Amino acid sequence: MRKNNWLVIFLVLVIPAMLFSVSCAKKVVETAPAETAQPAETKPATDTTAADQAAAERARLEQERLSAEEAARQAMMAFSEEDVHFDFDSSALMPAAQDILVRKADYMRANTNITVTVEGHCDERGTEAYNMALGERRAQAAKEFLSNLGIGANRLGIISYGEERPVDPGKNEAAWAKNRRAHLVVD
Amino acid sequence: MRFFRIITISLMLCCLTLPACWPDRSWADIKYIDLTNPFLRKIPMAVPVFSATPTGQADDKLTIDIADKVSGLLEYTGYFKILDRGAFLHDPKSGNIAETNINFQNWTAVGAELLITGGVQFKSDELVLELRLFDTFKASLVVGKRYRGRLEDQRDMVRRFCTEVIKALTGNEGFFYSRIAFVSNGTGHKEIYFCEFDGSNANMITKKRSITSFPAWSLDGRYLAFTSFANGPAQIFVRDLKSGLEKKFNFKGAQIAPAWVPHRFELSTTLSIEGDQEIYLLTGGGKMIKRVTYSPGIDVDATWSPDGRKLAFVSKRAGTPQIYVQEMGSNRIQRLTFEGRYNTQPSWSPKGDKIAYSSMEEGQLNIYVIDIEGNHPIRLTYNQGDNEAPSWSPDGSLIAFRSTREGVSRIYVMTAYGTDQRRLLVLTGEQSHPRWSPNMLP
Repeated sequence: MRKNNWLVIFLVLVIPAMLFSVSCAKKVVETAPAETAQPAETKPATDTTAADQAAAERARLEQERLSAEEAARQAMMAFSEEDVHFDFDSSALMPAAQDILVRKADYMRANTNITVTVEGHCDERGTEAYNMALGERRAQAAKEFLSNLGIGANRLGIISYGEERPVDPGKNEAAWAKNRRAHLVVD
Repeated sequence: MRFFRIITISLMLCCLTLPACWPDRSWADIKYIDLTNPFLRKIPMAVPVFSATPTGQADDKLTIDIADKVSGLLEYTGYFKILDRGAFLHDPKSGNIAETNINFQNWTAVGAELLITGGVQFKSDELVLELRLFDTFKASLVVGKRYRGRLEDQRDMVRRFCTEVIKALTGNEGFFYSRIAFVSNGTGHKEIYFCEFDGSNANMITKKRSITSFPAWSLDGRYLAFTSFANGPAQIFVRDLKSGLEKKFNFKGAQIAPAWVPHRFELSTTLSIEGDQEIYLLTGGGKMIKRVTYSPGIDVDATWSPDGRKLAFVSKRAGTPQIYVQEMGSNRIQRLTFEGRYNTQPSWSPKGDKIAYSSMEEGQLNIYVIDIEGNHPIRLTYNQGDNEAPSWSPDGSLIAFRSTREGVSRIYVMTAYGTDQRRLLVLTGEQSHPRWSPNMLP
């Protein structure tokens, strides 16, 4: 009985205390560098020559520019490589497809200078004329979703290639699933 | 050269029905071939080596060659069983080609019910062919014709005679003056090609270096419509095959699968100018006439009844692609297909009583024929890859289609009842989308 009481006290008091101390410690870690970083960087400026300082600054800016460019390139790649996929004989946007389109919309909002063509594609099954129409509906669905997220319709063109341009020539469900897509191309 | 051509043609036009001593009988009311199902039993036919006239210079090669051309064309129709010449009790050197000196019992004995004899006279660059079709059991002449022309015209002479044979036996014009348009990607781009009805003389017709597809013949064979991605989204082009002039249509969005209205310079196509994929009626010059379908969802793949009063098309209005028939005057709409979940590519038969289409079951496409009331769908292809895009020959006896039965996609031909399935031609690349032309008399 006594033992149990000690256990309860331990659970009620000590463990929350430990948790609290951990979360406090984290905060300290997060804020400390932010406060100390500024003086740490500005201090050497007073110690070294102005030329050294300028060179370091340029290098830093260059580094930042490169990494920003790299990030932009990555984002651009993700934007044009990540396709929106569909079920067979369907132009309905599934939740995963909607998530992708939300990211596409974010990118287009961040890059207001780009316009985009939405390509609609089908897998090889089914017949050509119907697939040409289905591909167009897929492109239309993606375009409409982006428009509803605030992307101007004048920045979104569409084109259907039907079953003419598969990305995977395979004749299995995995290939067909890849080929049923809306593909966004920056103009 | 052109002058000679005119002379030859005029000579051939006055090709004489054989001399008056053969009474002119009317065969119009006797039909040898029962068109309700002409392919149940093939009629045994003998086409012996033709006879050269003693005064001419025709050699064995020429006489055999022309006889083979005749039997080849007639066999292609699927109506006949051409008998092996090895069994014949007949000497081509005898020159017995006319009714009076043929021993018909020699022909009935080898099982021939029809007999074609030919006389070949080749003298100083002029070829004269005398061709006759006999009914061996009645021991009587059915068709007799004489043709005069140059050596190069022999295929045309044979074609004229075979057309007469088919007309006498079936009552219709056959298809020996038709061509087949199709799509091939042999150059690395999809382009439109033409070939003869039997797959010979294949030629590339477009040079768009893009995706060019959906060929469609006007009823008189003068205009070819097709679509191409040459300038961005799929756009309709109409080519005047006589002048070679081409016009492209300007509408926003995709322009899909044009289909000519019979007897008019008008065509229907699927456009998305109002957002939804609907069928519209346009002039052959690309001017809007009116919107035809009104239903949310895809409407595509139009095909016209031979009288131009009805339109069959594919619609997803009931959730899956199915074939519907719409009357142009009343706009009354009837659903045609109820079996299966994917029925597309309707093709209205030239006689107007049937529609061929392709249906997907368990991921495989196969060709069916259904009557226009929507009863009795009959499956024509089985277990041989995908079979799709049916197109009727102008007499309605044959259907061209696309199949992947040999791995790559190629064009095949079968009878309207699904028999005699054979490959039309071999070309590099893959072929698709056959469209049979009307008969185009030279």
